[in-house]
Amino acid sequence: MALIDFWKRIEPSKENQFLHATYDAFFTFMFKPNLTTKGKGVHIRDAMDLKRTMFHVVIALQLCLLVGTFNIGHQHFVALGIHTGFIEAFHLKLVFGLVQLLPIVIVANVVGLGIEFYFAARRGHAVEEGFLVSGMLIPLIMPPDIPLWMLALAVAFAVVIGKEAFGGTGMNVLNVALLARVFIFFAYPTEISGDGPWVAAWALAEDGATKVADYYWAHTMFNPLFEAAGWSTFVQGTPFVAGYSGATPLALGAAQGWAQVDAATGEVTGGILSQYSALQMWMGGIPGCIGETSKPAIIFGAIFLLITRVASWRVMLSFVIGTALTGMIFNAWDATVFMNIPWYQHFGMGGLLFAMAFMATDPVTAAQTNRGKIIYGFLIGFFGMVIRVMNPAYAEGWMLAILLMNVFAPLVDHYVLEGNISKRLKRAKEYAK
Amino acid sequence: MTWGIIIAIVLVLFIFTLLTLGDGLLKVTASQAGEDTSGYSVLPSSLQELLGLGKKKGEYVPDDAPVKRLKRGFDVNLAGGPSLGQTGIREVRSATYALKPKDFIGMSPIPKVMPELGATVKAGEPLFYDKKHPEIIYAAPVSGEFIELRRGEKRSINELVILADQGEMQYHKHEDVPNLETASRADLVDFLTASGAWPFLRQRPFDIVADPSMTPKSIFVSTFDTAPWATDANLSVAGKEAAFRKGLEALAMLSGTKVHLGVNGMAQQRPSDAFLKADEVEGVEIHYFQGQHPAGNVGVHIHHVDPVLPNGQVVWHTDVHGVLLIGQLLLEGIFDTSKVIAVAGAELPGEEGYYARVHQGIQIAALLEGMADDMTTEKAYVRNAEGQKEEKMVEVRSIRIVSGDLLSGKQVERESFLGFYDDQLSVVKEGNYYELFGWLVPQTGHPTRSRTFPGGFFPGTHYVPDTNTNGEKRAFVMTGEYESVLPMNIYPQHVMRAILAKDFEKMEGLGLLELGEEDIALCEYVCTSKQPLQAILREGLDELRAQ
Repeated sequence: MALIDFWKRIEPSKENQFLHATYDAFFTFMFKPNLTTKGKGVHIRDAMDLKRTMFHVVIALQLCLLVGTFNIGHQHFVALGIHTGFIEAFHLKLVFGLVQLLPIVIVANVVGLGIEFYFAARRGHAVEEGFLVSGMLIPLIMPPDIPLWMLALAVAFAVVIGKEAFGGTGMNVLNVALLARVFIFFAYPTEISGDGPWVAAWALAEDGATKVADYYWAHTMFNPLFEAAGWSTFVQGTPFVAGYSGATPLALGAAQGWAQVDAATGEVTGGILSQYSALQMWMGGIPGCIGETSKPAIIFGAIFLLITRVASWRVMLSFVIGTALTGMIFNAWDATVFMNIPWYQHFGMGGLLFAMAFMATDPVTAAQTNRGKIIYGFLIGFFGMVIRVMNPAYAEGWMLAILLMNVFAPLVDHYVLEGNISKRLKRAKEYAK
Repeated sequence: MTWGIIIAIVLVLFIFTLLTLGDGLLKVTASQAGEDTSGYSVLPSSLQELLGLGKKKGEYVPDDAPVKRLKRGFDVNLAGGPSLGQTGIREVRSATYALKPKDFIGMSPIPKVMPELGATVKAGEPLFYDKKHPEIIYAAPVSGEFIELRRGEKRSINELVILADQGEMQYHKHEDVPNLETASRADLVDFLTASGAWPFLRQRPFDIVADPSMTPKSIFVSTFDTAPWATDANLSVAGKEAAFRKGLEALAMLSGTKVHLGVNGMAQQRPSDAFLKADEVEGVEIHYFQGQHPAGNVGVHIHHVDPVLPNGQVVWHTDVHGVLLIGQLLLEGIFDTSKVIAVAGAELPGEEGYYARVHQGIQIAALLEGMADDMTTEKAYVRNAEGQKEEKMVEVRSIRIVSGDLLSGKQVERESFLGFYDDQLSVVKEGNYYELFGWLVPQTGHPTRSRTFPGGFFPGTHYVPDTNTNGEKRAFVMTGEYESVLPMNIYPQHVMRAILAKDFEKMEGLGLLELGEEDIALCEYVCTSKQPLQAILREGLDELRAQ
C-alpha cells in the first residue's frame, strides 16, 4: 500500500517528542495500528475502541451543529427585520452562520488539541481522543457572539486545570466542555447572560437603531455568486430593528411567565420578536447557545447515542424523570410566575435536552455504577430545575447542576459500592452462624 | 377513511420491501467480505426474536427444576468452530507428551521431580510434586520413557517430556482402590492425592489446586462450556456414564455437603443422560443455567448457587474430565487421561475445526497436521546505524496457536504441549496489519458487540477473528460495559481500580475472591480501553493470597 509506505517513511525520530507525538496522533487517526494482543489474557479483541466511541458522539452532534449554524444567521436577520421567515434567504443565513461559527470551532480545537499534544509529548504517551468530543461540544454551548480570545482562554483553562492537571483523558473530575463555559460565566458574566450575546453581531447595537450591520469580506465575497443566481445578497448598513430585545424564551419566562412566552404564534410583528410559540421553541428558531436551540436535532443525536449504546440510557431516563417531577412540584407550589410554567414546557426551553443528551452522559465524569447513574441523573434533573427556577440572576441551571453532580458522582458511587460490600459481608456473617 | 387505510397498507408494504432489499444487500456484502451469513438478518425470523424473548429453555428441563436465566453476557461467534464432520472424533497421538508445572497456579517454580531421566514410566506413575504440598502427586499422563526436562529462566521447570510408547498404553494398576461404601473421607483423600487425580480438583478463591487439608462448603462441576469454539462435554462422557456416576459419588463424599452440577438450560442438543440424571446420586444437585457466555463458567455457577465469601471458606470445582478420571480410577484402578478436545480455527486445513480424542499433554504439532507454516516475511522500515531509514524484509508471525479458548487461553508454540486443564486448541490469524481508517469505517468484518458496527445488530454472525487489538490502550473511560457482560452482582471496573490502588479491603469486599480469569475474560474482550483485565485480576489475587 503506497499510502502507508509514505507515512512510514516520514515518521520522525522518537527523540523529538513533540513532533513524534503529533505524528503518532495523525498516523493512528489515518490507520488502525498493527498492535496485536499479548500472549496472555485475551487473544482477540472487540473491534470497538475509544476513537470510535468518541467519534460517534461527534457524529451525533452534527445535526445540532448544522441547525445551530443556520440559526445563528436566522437570528441575525430577524434582528435586522429582514428575511424573518425561518427558511427565507437560506443561503445568507447559512453563510453568515458559517462565518460566525467556523472561527469558534477552529480556535477551540487548535487551542485544545495543541495543549493535548504538548502534554502527550511531555508524558511520553499517545494523544488520547477525549478532546475530539470536547472540541465539538465547546462551540455548541457557547453564545454565537463569543469573543475568540475569551474562548481561547476558557479552553486553555478547561484543558489544563480541568483535565491535564488530573492526569488526562479518563481522569478528569469535571466535564471539560462545561468547565470552559463556567470559566466564561464567572470571568466574563456579561458575555454569557442577559439578552445581549445570543444574537450574533447585535450586542453592538444596543443603543437602538443607530447601529447598522457591517459585513466583512468573508460575507461579501459570496455576493457576486448570489447575485448571479438571482438570490438576495448581504446588504451593508441595514439598521437593526428598534426595540428588538433578543431575550431568550427562558429569560422571558423567568420575568413574565409562560403566558408571555407563548403569547405569539411565532410570527414577527413590526420586526419585534420578543415572544415565541412552543412550536418555535421546539424547532429551534429562537436565540440561545449555538447547539441547544433545535430540539429535534438534539433528540436525533440522543437516539443515535442510545441505539449505538455509546451513551447511558440510565442517566438520560432518570434525568428526564427528575426534571419532570421537580417541574411538577414547582407547578403545585406556584409561588412565582416562573414556577407556573407547565413542567413539560421546560423541555423545550434552554439547554435542558442538550445537557441530558451530551453533558450528563459523559462517562468519565458521571457516576460509574449502574445504580449510581440513576441517582446521578435524577439529582441533576432535580438540582438543574431548582437552579433554573429559583436562581434570581441566571435563568438556566444545567451547567451548574451537572458540575455540582460531577463533584458528587464519586460519593454516589461510593455508597453504591459500600452497599455491595456490606451485602457480601452480611451473607458471610449469616454463613458463620 | 378508506384512503387512509390504503395509504397505510402501501406504506407498510413499502417499508417491508425496503427492509427486504436492505436485508438482501447486507447478505451479499457480508458474504463478499467472507462472513458467514447464517443468522444474518435485518428482519426478525420469528415473533419470539422480535419480542426479544430469547431462546426458550430446552424440552429436557423438568418444569419444576430450578432454572437460572442469565440476561447479561455475550456469545463471541467465530467462524471455523469444531464439527464432527464425516469422520467423527479423530484419534490423535503424538510421539511425546508433557506435563507443565506452570499450568498450576501458585506452584513453586522448581518442583521435586521423582523419576530419573531416562526411566520408564507407566500412565499414572508419579512424576513430580510441589515442595509446598508434597502429598499431592502429579502423575504421568501416558506410558513411555521420561526423556527430557525443559527448563526456563532461573532453572525453573517448564516441561517434563515423556516419549510415549508406540504400542498399547501401559497403565499403573492401583491395587488399593478404596470402596466408597466402607472407606472414610480421609482414605479417599489419601488415595486421590497419591494417585495423581487430585490436581483435577481446583479451589476458589484463587483458582488453585485444592488444598486437601480443607473441607469445601460445596463442589461444583460445570458440564458445558460457552466460550468460543468450546468442546462438547457430551462427546467426552459418551460411553463413560458409569465412570461419571462413580466420580460424582466420590465428589459427594469429598464435599460432605453438596455437589452442584451446572447443566445448560438451552442447549441445541439434549445433554447426555449422565448429566440430566446425575441427581440420582445422593448429594448431587442439578442447576440449569441459560444465557450467553460466560453462562457455562463454573465461576458464574458458584456465584449464583453458593458464592465464595470473605470468610475463609472455600469451594472446589472440577470439569467433566476430572469427574471421569476420578470415576475411572475408582472403578478400574487405572489413570486414564484420555479426553475429547476441540481443535478450531479458520486457518486449519478445510477451514473448519474438529474434535479429537487425545491424552493429556499431547504435543500441539500432532493436532495441526496439514496447517500452513506460521511465519511469513513482511516489508518494514528500520533505522540503520547512521539513523537513516531503510527498507528491510523481516520475519513476522502469521498465525497464533492458543492452548485453551481465545479469551483466556495461553499462547503456545507448535513444539509445545496442550495445557493440563485445557480441552481445546484454538488457531487464530495474527492481526499485525494496518487498516486505513479501520476505527472509522462501518463494516470491517471483525467480531464485535458494539452497535456502532452493523454487525452489532446481528449477534448471530460468525466472523473470522484475528489478534489485532483494534485500538490502543487507554485509561478507563467507558463505564458499564464490563457489567453488561458479566452475569454476577459484581462491579468489575471497581474491583480493577481497587487492585490498581492496592486497596485490599475494598477488593475483597467487592468480590475479587469470586472471580477467576476466565470469568473476567469476556470483560477484557469488550473493553473499549483495551485494558489487560486478566493480568490485573491475577495480580490482585496473588497479592491477596500472599496476605
